[in-house]
Amino acid sequence: MGEQSTTSEPESGANVYRCVGSITIARAGSTQRELEAVPDPLTIDLGGVEKMDTVGAWLIYRSVRDRGAKVINVSSEVCGLLDQVADFDTPVQIRPEERPGPLRILDEVGGWVSDAGETLVGLVGFLGSVLLGFAAIVRRPKRFRINAVIQRFDLVGVRALGIIGLMSFLIGIVIGQQGAVQLQQFGAEIYTINLIGRITIRELGTLMTAIMVAGRSGSAFAAQLGTMKLTEEIDAMRTIGVSPIEALVIPRMLSAVVMMPLLSFYSMLITIIGGGIFCWISLDIPPLTYVQRLQEVVPMRDLWIGLIKAPVFGFIIGLVGCFQGMMVEGDSEQVGTRTTAAVVQAIFLVIVLDAVFAVFFSSVGWL
Amino acid sequence: MSDEIIITIRGLRNSFGEQVIHEDLDLDVRRGEILGVVGGSGTGKSVLMRSIIGLQTPDEGEVEVLGENMIGREEDEAKNIRRRWGVLFQNGALFSTLTVAENVEVPIREYFPFIKEPLLDEIAGYKIAMSGLPANAGPKYPSELSGGMRKRAGLARALALDPELLFLDEPTAGLDPIGAAAFDELIEGLKERLELTVFLITHDLDTLWAICDRVAVLADRKVVAVGTIEELLALDHPWIQEYFNGPRGRAALAGLKGR
Repeated sequence: MGEQSTTSEPESGANVYRCVGSITIARAGSTQRELEAVPDPLTIDLGGVEKMDTVGAWLIYRSVRDRGAKVINVSSEVCGLLDQVADFDTPVQIRPEERPGPLRILDEVGGWVSDAGETLVGLVGFLGSVLLGFAAIVRRPKRFRINAVIQRFDLVGVRALGIIGLMSFLIGIVIGQQGAVQLQQFGAEIYTINLIGRITIRELGTLMTAIMVAGRSGSAFAAQLGTMKLTEEIDAMRTIGVSPIEALVIPRMLSAVVMMPLLSFYSMLITIIGGGIFCWISLDIPPLTYVQRLQEVVPMRDLWIGLIKAPVFGFIIGLVGCFQGMMVEGDSEQVGTRTTAAVVQAIFLVIVLDAVFAVFFSSVGWL
Repeated sequence: MSDEIIITIRGLRNSFGEQVIHEDLDLDVRRGEILGVVGGSGTGKSVLMRSIIGLQTPDEGEVEVLGENMIGREEDEAKNIRRRWGVLFQNGALFSTLTVAENVEVPIREYFPFIKEPLLDEIAGYKIAMSGLPANAGPKYPSELSGGMRKRAGLARALALDPELLFLDEPTAGLDPIGAAAFDELIEGLKERLELTVFLITHDLDTLWAICDRVAVLADRKVVAVGTIEELLALDHPWIQEYFNGPRGRAALAGLKGR
């Protein structure tokens, strides 16, 4: 590029750095290097400058400030720029203060612990306000928003039928196929039916549905409430005198609690149908035999175990989803992180509770 | 102000579905001026700005910025022109995952990756001070800032590359009168010192009177008039008369004369 060049030439006595052409941000790196290469005492000759911007002016100003450089041949325009730069030379903090190594690790661990503690306390507090909300509605049933609840039933329940049906059907086939491969080694393919029937009704139907509902509806709860929190809709509700717990949280939680057992039962049915079709086609077990055998091997209490868990899981999913949504504060990025947290925490809690239920039902003798 | 034209718009047409926003719109912006753009809500002030900076592809028309045609340019070619302007969006549009200082450094890093970190920090600190933010604002995240500070941070980012051309979308909306007046002064001071050309969308009559060299009025899908406020007042257009001679317009003028 021929438009500019900067040269340095040590003259007798003084080190002169001549700026020629443009001294702008585009040449900031090389200008800085060249300035540093010239030893003190430094004189900067700005006679040949055609164009200068604030970054160029900053570089010159900095040399004057830190190295006591002398500036000569300054035109009035350049002088104005230098003055302006000098006006705004105030120490500005750029980076957050960081603690040294080991302290920082402790700092972070402490942050996690206090975050986890706050989340737990917040969740318990939220549970309390939801229970109070339920109590208020029981005392004054007129405040119950039936339309909102029905609308949620549709969104959480009816619209999930397709995806949960497809998932369950495929899982039925997978259980049947994997079970048959193993059981054939002992010539015991017929026990595939026991496997499909008991695992589906006792465990998988409810658990898989809970995971699906957490991913589909728990995340939606968090995102919806979080967005409403950001746009101050929830604050607006409070000022009008509408309780957000009653208007937003309870319909969502109720829909999760009511829809979970229904969806779980539906999922169990479809899984059994999927497994049955596999047995019919692959193992030549006719549907009638399949149904008869199911009736013999699956006790009624398996169904109760499966269905008792479902509303509890629904409650957890709704609670965590709404809680995380209401925790959104500040910026839109939080909606994303809170939604993720809602799904992860809901699925985690569901699996923990499932384990608790498994131990509990075994110890009361429901094997 | 020179007579050199820095933005030329000819025959611009913008529409969203059935709704035509601009039709046959012409506008010139001269180098070194602050051009205020006014118009009722929904007359497409922001859409006009978006058409100029290439965020909205117009149905028809020509847009020339800094002597380069902007319509249908490849992203790579447009980049060289983008470097020469800064944009302040209505709500700042700061990157929420970055601190204020990092926000200011983004355009510099993008175009001049070879600049070393310490110098980068100095430049960012200088821009932050220049836009009137307090010294401790650098490491803060946008969500920790007030509306006025977010606008200043947005301005610091817009000024990061020493642009020749500055686009401001309602810079004083939502600021208190003291903050708004300070912002006006800041923009005028920057324009003087950095020889900026400013394209300023505003509803703020005080801003128009205080700092705008010329004002363009958007109405009836085009620019119905451009000129100094005195020139506009001499026109017979009903919207212009109502705008500048309405109660608020007169109050703003009285305030200015009283100063």
